[in-house]
Amino acid sequence: MFEIEKIRKDFPILEEKVYGKPLVYLDNGATMQRPLRVIDKMNEYYLKYNSNVHRGVHFLSNKCTDANEEARAEVRDFIGAASDKEIIFTRGTTESINLVAFSFGEAFIQSGDEILVTEMEHHANIVPWQMLCERKGAILKVLPFQDQGELDMARLEDLLTDRVKMVGVAYVSNVLGTVNPVKEIIDRAHAVGAKVLVDAAQAIQHIPIDVQELNCDFLVFSGHKIYGPTGVGVLYGKEKWLEQMPPWQGGGEMIKEVHFEKTTYNELPFKFEAGTPDFIGVIGLGEALRYVRQIGLDAIAAYEQHVLEYAMKQIRQIPGIRIFGEAEHKSSVISFALGEIHHSDTGILLDKMGIAVRTGQLCAEPVMQHYGVTGMVRASLAMYNTTEEIDQFCDALRKVAKMFRLA
Amino acid sequence: MTIEEIEQEIIDEFSIYDDWMDKYAYLIELGSNLEGMDEAHKTDDNLIKGCQSRVWFHAEMRDDRLFFTADSDAIITKGIAGLLVRVFSGQRPSDIAQADLRFIDEIGLTQHLSPTRSNGLLSMVKQIKLYALAASAAQETKKGFNE
Repeated sequence: MFEIEKIRKDFPILEEKVYGKPLVYLDNGATMQRPLRVIDKMNEYYLKYNSNVHRGVHFLSNKCTDANEEARAEVRDFIGAASDKEIIFTRGTTESINLVAFSFGEAFIQSGDEILVTEMEHHANIVPWQMLCERKGAILKVLPFQDQGELDMARLEDLLTDRVKMVGVAYVSNVLGTVNPVKEIIDRAHAVGAKVLVDAAQAIQHIPIDVQELNCDFLVFSGHKIYGPTGVGVLYGKEKWLEQMPPWQGGGEMIKEVHFEKTTYNELPFKFEAGTPDFIGVIGLGEALRYVRQIGLDAIAAYEQHVLEYAMKQIRQIPGIRIFGEAEHKSSVISFALGEIHHSDTGILLDKMGIAVRTGQLCAEPVMQHYGVTGMVRASLAMYNTTEEIDQFCDALRKVAKMFRLA
Repeated sequence: MTIEEIEQEIIDEFSIYDDWMDKYAYLIELGSNLEGMDEAHKTDDNLIKGCQSRVWFHAEMRDDRLFFTADSDAIITKGIAGLLVRVFSGQRPSDIAQADLRFIDEIGLTQHLSPTRSNGLLSMVKQIKLYALAASAAQETKKGFNE
């Protein structure tokens, strides 16, 4: 039983007012709110146990180290990884992808190799690969999408040759909301010997994921997009690849022995966690995942799908609306333009009515170029959004249209 | 009219609206009515950096005064740009450089001054002041030569 009223009470910020109006927070694709128990957990560790992890012999250090490693186990179970060694903590999705692009690139990418990404990727899943291509003389290829927001899978056949060594694909598009057929892409990539990195930044909070079932080689996500803190993210990688990849940052904790002649490196996952990690953030992320698990991602997904369908139905009735992304399999993201009204105008007026949305290029300029627009307005949902909020949002959009004499 | 007098005029105009939406409706009206600028002046040099919408300011010296035209692809931003044009266009560079712009605060647009705000009012003001400083420095140099 999904009890929305009870869930909303877990998020104190939802009671806030902006400009004297109740906050309607529809910018969850950018960052989600944290439930009180995540904030409490982090406070508890700051107040009672703060001490550096994996280093001290004393009580506090052990307490933090244990909690840090419990969080790792929580992540492992949450995505169905085989071992703790496959869970690397990073600063976020972007850092996770950069780590793979650098380290996997060093070990496995040579001049003339190809990296395949899709046209709907977030910049974070484009630019690190471009940098890798520049370093190694590799070639970046792009799988396009069709106007309704689905990948042009017919083109995959031509693009996926044995020259392709890595495929970077978003599980859910941060602009179009499209749920991509990642399982099929992974299977077909493996058939030509390519590895696959799944960007799950917009999927982890909406769709139950089992990395062993998906059989992806790498999967990345951010803590703050799944009700956890900012500044912490996850890189999942198959142990056999992580073992073969060189470390990408040197420093404390990632070493086994340091001599001026030669240094040997620590075992997984520590090999990739140089320096003091954001362990309080990691502990907060673990708590966020426990929270999500208790409610159940299946229940969350079903509820969010209900709100999404309601929102799509309501928003379609607004005069002059143009929705970007109408894929059959769609998750909690709705990007649109309201007639000819500039996205920043729409965003400013919605803000004045207490409604928080994202506007602009949404870190996906190629998607803007696809539709020939300079930007979009994006509403993105979390488990705490309601159909009443969607009504308020649509009323506000009508008001904006009216102010511009569209309706 | 002096900069201060025009500012007061704007403050008076906005004072009749107590609701935010009405203020914005007025900005939309100002934006819609503002004559744009010559397409030839919509150059990269005239583009204000740091705005989510595109805003151009063009400055021209005539006699000892600076004249501005402005345009934007977003109407609210264009309305705000129009207010700045109204305040500054036809003023002396030294007066523009020294203006404290209290009207922005008084009509409640201060929140748009933060550097990351999407309509980049701060960037617009900065650019106008830079034009004014450059123009007044040029005037000083010229004066120096003439003496």
